Amino acid sequence: MVELWEGYALPTIIIVAQIMAIVGPLLIAVAYLTLAERKVIGAMQLRKGPNVVGPFGLLQPFADAVKLMMKETIMPSGANRIVFIMAPMLTFILSLVAWAVIPFGEGLVVSDINVGILYLFAISSLGVYGVIMAGWASNSKYPFIGALRSAAQMVSYEVSMGLVIITVLMCVGSLNLSDIVMAQKGDYGLLNWYAFPLLPMFVIFFISILAETNRSPFDLPEGESEIVAGFMVEYSSMSFALFFLGEYANMILMSAMTAILFMGGWLPPFDIAPFNWIPGPIWFSLKIAFVLFCFLWVRATFPRFRYDQLMRLGWKVFLPFTLFWVLLTAGVLVGFDLLPAAH
Amino acid sequence: MIIQALVFYVFAAVTIAAGLMVITARNPVHSVLFLILAFFNAAGLFVLMGAEFLAMILVVVYVGAVAVLFLFVVMMLDINVEKARQGFKKYLFIGGAVGLVLLVELVLILSSTVVSTDVSVVASVPIPSLDEVHNTRALGQVLYTKYVYLFEASGMILLVAMIGAIVLTLRKREGVRRQVIADQVNRSREEAVEIKKVSSGSGI
Repeated sequence: MVELWEGYALPTIIIVAQIMAIVGPLLIAVAYLTLAERKVIGAMQLRKGPNVVGPFGLLQPFADAVKLMMKETIMPSGANRIVFIMAPMLTFILSLVAWAVIPFGEGLVVSDINVGILYLFAISSLGVYGVIMAGWASNSKYPFIGALRSAAQMVSYEVSMGLVIITVLMCVGSLNLSDIVMAQKGDYGLLNWYAFPLLPMFVIFFISILAETNRSPFDLPEGESEIVAGFMVEYSSMSFALFFLGEYANMILMSAMTAILFMGGWLPPFDIAPFNWIPGPIWFSLKIAFVLFCFLWVRATFPRFRYDQLMRLGWKVFLPFTLFWVLLTAGVLVGFDLLPAAH
Repeated sequence: MIIQALVFYVFAAVTIAAGLMVITARNPVHSVLFLILAFFNAAGLFVLMGAEFLAMILVVVYVGAVAVLFLFVVMMLDINVEKARQGFKKYLFIGGAVGLVLLVELVLILSSTVVSTDVSVVASVPIPSLDEVHNTRALGQVLYTKYVYLFEASGMILLVAMIGAIVLTLRKREGVRRQVIADQVNRSREEAVEIKKVSSGSGI
């Protein structure tokens, strides 16, 4: 009995508690990200944004959630039922499972696996299935066009994202996310983060994650002025809400990935008195919030790309440039004998 | 250990079931979705064996890229399953023969009558013990030292195949106006704008 408790039951309870401790705050963060988006874009366009429900509109996300839940789930008559229902679930699940390997602080991670960054890359590359399945199962023209656009777009930008990750990995010498963060710890604080030595890669990575999460200015899969809402046209009520939650959770995930790869994860900007009093998870959240703000800033600033321009940018600009930068980084690391030691 | 065995059987059973569904499903899109499920469970089996790098690469390459393109193509083609089944009896013999040859080959390899007994010794030489290095590093060390020429050769073959595919499908269409961003950026004010003095009462 004791063996059963200590061998199986207790670890299960601990893991479930850890999952709850991540998913709960994540869903609240998603809810307030939708509010922050409307507030930030409102401020940039000299509007007030939502300010009626609750103080400063703070209860707006919950009002929206309740409204969505009250609505009727509509199933198009020609739809492929199982795939149609599975697609939003898949999107939402994939946006949650990736958080298993994200380190929030030193040792604060559910699963500290050796190939953490590959796991993140794999999960983020699966996100396209939710979109394709939704587009195909809806059995209607606009969703299908949206799904095809999304498939081509996400596959294209993954290539340059992969090469950017390779440059970072060459500097770190490990695929483990905690190792990647610790490799950015140094005497110069902020200046040791890879955002500075690898600045062009940082910029390309940021643009690629915009494309990877289907956010403006690359939101062609749902481009509402041409194909209404793309793959989400036929969805309503909670199935639509799951897509919505999945998209925003993915934004937060990609921001976390940027923070880990380029902005030193949970490390404080300067390792001196007032800064290193603040615990790591708070620095990590601040960095995520900064990247998220850039997401919204871009959305308020840039018009949508045309489709051929999007493909040109991915294949003809980013791919050759990142490839060149991989070679350059490798050359510098080998030439100046800076390669990370094997451990 | 019980949990591991249990998880293994779940992964293995789902892989086989999904593999069967790939060839029996009526809808081609469902076939591809089952194929993805099979890939995914195979990755799970890799993780159970301690080969986490291979598992992740399997998901990134096959599920994340190859299967996406499969799905892409299958969705766009309007495949008529009934028509494809028409010549079933005619091709049964050839198909069966190919299957038989593959089966015999597999049996021969597994029963190790044609495999040299030294092969395990030869193959295991360059692989360091997993206690010293984890399998990503071990794989890299083998791939980029002992097998570097073969590795580069396979890369070249893939590159040639890619260029071949591009050459075969590339066509120059007449009357297409392409955007040349460099020209647009290099345009000066003098070329773009013309200022005319228009006297009132008459046009240009």
